[in-house]
Amino acid sequence: MAEVKSLSPGKQIWIRLKANRAAVTSMGLIGLLILMVLFAPWLSPFNGEDIDYEAIAAEPSLTSGHLFGTDSLGRDLFVRTMEGSRISLAIGLVATLVSLIIGINYGAIAGYFGGRVDAVMMRIVDILYAMPFMFFVILLMVFFGRNIFLIFFAIGAINWLDIARIVRGQTLAIKQQSYVEAARIYGASHWHIIQRHIVPNLLGIVVVYITLTIPQVILVESFLSFLGLGIQEPMTSLGALVSEGANEMESYSWTLIFPAVFLSIILFCFNFIGDGLRDALDPKQVK
Amino acid sequence: MLEYFFRRLLGAIPTIFIIILVSFFLIRLAPGGPFDFDKTLAPEIQANLNTKFHLDEPVYVQFGYYLKDILQGDFGPSFQYKNYTVTELIAQGFPVSVQLGLSAMALALLLGSAAGILAAYRQNSKFDYGVMTISMLGISVPNFVMAPILILIFAIVFSFLPAGGWNDGAFQNRILPIVTLALPQIAYIARISRGSMIEVLRSPFIRTAFSKGLPTFYILTRHALKPTLLPVISYMGPAIAGIITGSVVVEQIYGIPGLGRYFVQGALNRDYTLVMGVVVFYGVFIILLNLIVDLLYGWLDPQIRLQARKT
Repeated sequence: MAEVKSLSPGKQIWIRLKANRAAVTSMGLIGLLILMVLFAPWLSPFNGEDIDYEAIAAEPSLTSGHLFGTDSLGRDLFVRTMEGSRISLAIGLVATLVSLIIGINYGAIAGYFGGRVDAVMMRIVDILYAMPFMFFVILLMVFFGRNIFLIFFAIGAINWLDIARIVRGQTLAIKQQSYVEAARIYGASHWHIIQRHIVPNLLGIVVVYITLTIPQVILVESFLSFLGLGIQEPMTSLGALVSEGANEMESYSWTLIFPAVFLSIILFCFNFIGDGLRDALDPKQVK
Repeated sequence: MLEYFFRRLLGAIPTIFIIILVSFFLIRLAPGGPFDFDKTLAPEIQANLNTKFHLDEPVYVQFGYYLKDILQGDFGPSFQYKNYTVTELIAQGFPVSVQLGLSAMALALLLGSAAGILAAYRQNSKFDYGVMTISMLGISVPNFVMAPILILIFAIVFSFLPAGGWNDGAFQNRILPIVTLALPQIAYIARISRGSMIEVLRSPFIRTAFSKGLPTFYILTRHALKPTLLPVISYMGPAIAGIITGSVVVEQIYGIPGLGRYFVQGALNRDYTLVMGVVVFYGVFIILLNLIVDLLYGWLDPQIRLQARKT
């Protein structure tokens, strides 16, 4: 039999993903954006808190150095948009991590033990699914103040349900594999098997859900900040900036437009990447 | 069918119970009590107040009272609007929100499924790509970004629609809020119905219909429509939740006196009872609507109907 050169599943996915122009462009854009968010504020002569009394609510212009103009307090909008994007992206990453840790462990435990444990654990997920979570996050914010760590945690804690379901399904399949059986025969503990043999093999599918969870999380955070329940001054996020911009747009439309465009681009790109990854992982899906 | 209904209804009870339980404990954990005044009260008065509101009894008894009040539709007095009970505020705001939500839902179902079905019928055409790109935009641009941009375009630059206000529900005041609420749902429904239509069009019974020489329009409407809409129906649950969450922002931006606006105002003013009342109310409302959607689905999809009969 002629030997067929086989590609690892990871490589195949990568090749299919590369063929998806929208996803590749989005990845490039997000990469560029992250670099900008990290380094651009240093390149600007202004910082996000100083008031430029010469240019209050100034239009965007190249000559004054206020690339995106300034807000009604005379703060440089370019730097503030960068700082806001940085916070939004950071929350996206950290809260997604929180939801991953909860979701993976929960799903893996439910799937691994199966039977009654599985039934009860997944029933709880079903119940939680029906809850209006956005309202509960707002409740948390009202009762416990607007602490940034609470925001991280609360948003992460509501987004783990999807991941738990997916991980459980995968675990059901993985635990039938012979290497899991071998580990069990060797006398490995349940905990060891879950952490060493099951979780690492879940990571492929989890990557897809990371890219789909990040935009959701950014959206929740901006939603809260927009309502004035999220990030507080002097820190800012894209949602808070859009909210300020919406109040000033009648006279200074740029204060709305720049943060709105940045937020939309971030969400747009992550959605395209997630879609592309999902298609790449499941080639049978209707295109 | 009836048995299925009751089984689902029983399934909804624990969820509702948990919502009430969580909100009860949140309000107890919240810093500051209702009788924390600047001046300290005489101990007798404090004790009387505690007795009147059952604060001197064990937690589970208090929870019992709370549960009983809520089941009777009594969410207590509002902290902020001193002359109103939370129930009265909900009764004021809810009808407005329902009107907006229903219109947005109807618009989303009509436009979304029409666009999706046409896109699927002309798969890979320019129209198809156009629908898919625009729908990605609709999904990605959050409604609190969309709303100010729509106001900027239609109210400020071209000024042919009011920028906000309710004006007793005048038609032109409704257009922008309804469109804002409907856009993301139009986008989702278009994508879902496109995907499902593509699958339906490939199935044997459609091929048979075509080979019999039936007219295309007849096949699309009589054969393909119903199975295509099944996934759309099952998306209605998330869509309802999305529209309710969206209404919070939309009512705030457009200044509409609906329940969502009361909720945000309550949240900003730390009006505990109002916020909790709305959460419990919307929680139960969403669960009941989900139940109705499930029943509708069961009625439309014979496979589920059979399953329900078997068990």
